[in-house]
Amino acid sequence: MKIAVCVKQIPDPATPYELDSENHFVVRPDDQVLDDTDRYGVEVGLQLAEATEGEVVLVSMSPAGSLQGIRQALAMGADKAIIIDDEALRGSGALVTARILAAAIKSEGADLVIAGTESTDGYAGVVPQMMAELLDMPALTFARKLDHHDGTIRIERQTSGGYDVVEATLPVLVTVTSGAVEPRYPTFKGIMQAKQKPIDQPSCADLGVESVGSAGSKQEIVEVRAAPERAAGLKVLDEGEAHLEIVKLLEQAKVV
Amino acid sequence: MQIWVFAEETDGAPTSLALEMLTKARSLGDDIVAFLVGPGSAEALGALGAHGASTVYHLDPGDALPSAGAAAAMAELAGSENPDLILFGLQPTDRDVAGRLAARMGLPVLSNAVDIVIDAGSTSVINEILGGATLVETTFSGSKPHFVVVRPKSFTAEPGDGGDPIVVPVMAPGIGHAGSATVIESHAEESEGPKLEEAEVIVSGGRGMGSQEQFGAVEELAGLLSAAIGATRAVVDAGWVPYSFQVGQTGKTVKPSVYFALGISGAMQHLVGMKDSGTIIAVNKDEEAPIFGVADLGIVGDVHKVVPRLIEALRSRN
Repeated sequence: MKIAVCVKQIPDPATPYELDSENHFVVRPDDQVLDDTDRYGVEVGLQLAEATEGEVVLVSMSPAGSLQGIRQALAMGADKAIIIDDEALRGSGALVTARILAAAIKSEGADLVIAGTESTDGYAGVVPQMMAELLDMPALTFARKLDHHDGTIRIERQTSGGYDVVEATLPVLVTVTSGAVEPRYPTFKGIMQAKQKPIDQPSCADLGVESVGSAGSKQEIVEVRAAPERAAGLKVLDEGEAHLEIVKLLEQAKVV
Repeated sequence: MQIWVFAEETDGAPTSLALEMLTKARSLGDDIVAFLVGPGSAEALGALGAHGASTVYHLDPGDALPSAGAAAAMAELAGSENPDLILFGLQPTDRDVAGRLAARMGLPVLSNAVDIVIDAGSTSVINEILGGATLVETTFSGSKPHFVVVRPKSFTAEPGDGGDPIVVPVMAPGIGHAGSATVIESHAEESEGPKLEEAEVIVSGGRGMGSQEQFGAVEELAGLLSAAIGATRAVVDAGWVPYSFQVGQTGKTVKPSVYFALGISGAMQHLVGMKDSGTIIAVNKDEEAPIFGVADLGIVGDVHKVVPRLIEALRSRN
């Protein structure tokens, strides 16, 4: 089975990101990390590839920088990567992102496309569904469990109150939630091999996608401002009696 | 101005987010239409009408996962009816339909909106970033309809004076393989007690609770206060409680009167889901934990000591 896994390099979430003052785009350092939520999709892809003697191709639209994040996913065991880093893409919205990723997947050909449910930095939460539409595939979304049997993918789809069992036949796109599987850690051998694995870097023109960036996305950031601040509360160091402060507050709020 | 609101029906009612969006739509436009996906119970249709929908397009997807079929049906209708704005909620089925519809029509989506502003014909949305510290306003520059995906609890649902809506049944057009995903079974996984989205009091626990067993203290306190139980992503990923308990960016957005954050450090992912709660009470041993930045009462201490004492004190009152 040929499996495309969408991944993203993002600024390390441990350090708050910044917006550049001119365009309000996220400032992206050279060293970006693999979005943690993508590790689950990579793991699902690797397990299916192992079971079917298949291949895992990573597909990413993000500034390439040092390629640190992409190599993290290659080190887990993916076979190759396609990363689209084109200056023209800055400020692109969800639909342009989906068009780029779908075009790259089409050029590669895939039976199964896997993505996270949303990126940790952008969080539009609709890019995979857009890709499914552009690729004319069913989308099995919010999978917390996935099984493959004879060309049919069956998932447990998280819903707000539980889960549904949903299935479709290949080709299909699946979005996986964090916790769907236990992602493997790269081995030393994997890390060394990742340095040699092929990484294609096509441009938007190579993929035949026009009208990109902020203008092509038909959306424009007009203002960035600070949110009204919440008044600081009371902070109490517990010396054995702090729970009484909670009781007092619950009484005021008429909860007890 | 014609505004459409996507509504999924679950357990005989539209999602609470659909009713929140309809309420907002009433304040923005004069022609409000709901697109309902589900069995189409009288109660669901009535609720949509009461919250402002004068017309309801109704699609019963049967056992099909509704996303692709609903998107194709909406695209056909939108092509002839020319709505100005279509609202979806930031929840699974809404996101599935919004993404497919936007791609099908070749028009952009602005997602994660906490507010929508219509001014002199231009539509913009407000997003919160950096855990809610910064607001970003983005405007659409292209043709209509404009698609917006709205965060839960951004607006308060209030019925208006609308009566029963005109119901127009809609069929999903044939779309072949893309529409072939089928729902085989449905399972509920909710806890006893109030629903997270509707609870007046929520007791949430994070990794700081220690273990699945120790998380029992969260459940015990919630039981005493007739509260709903919440959890962070780390706790859900660790399998201590199901996903339906998760509060945060990738879980539920809640706005109770009182919110307990026990052993929760306050990662941005969690803060965006609960920071608009009425009163926030946090217990954490790390006095630098970001949760204290939003807490009305912050206890710097050990949850394994403070919480049992609190439970004991509340018990002795009864």
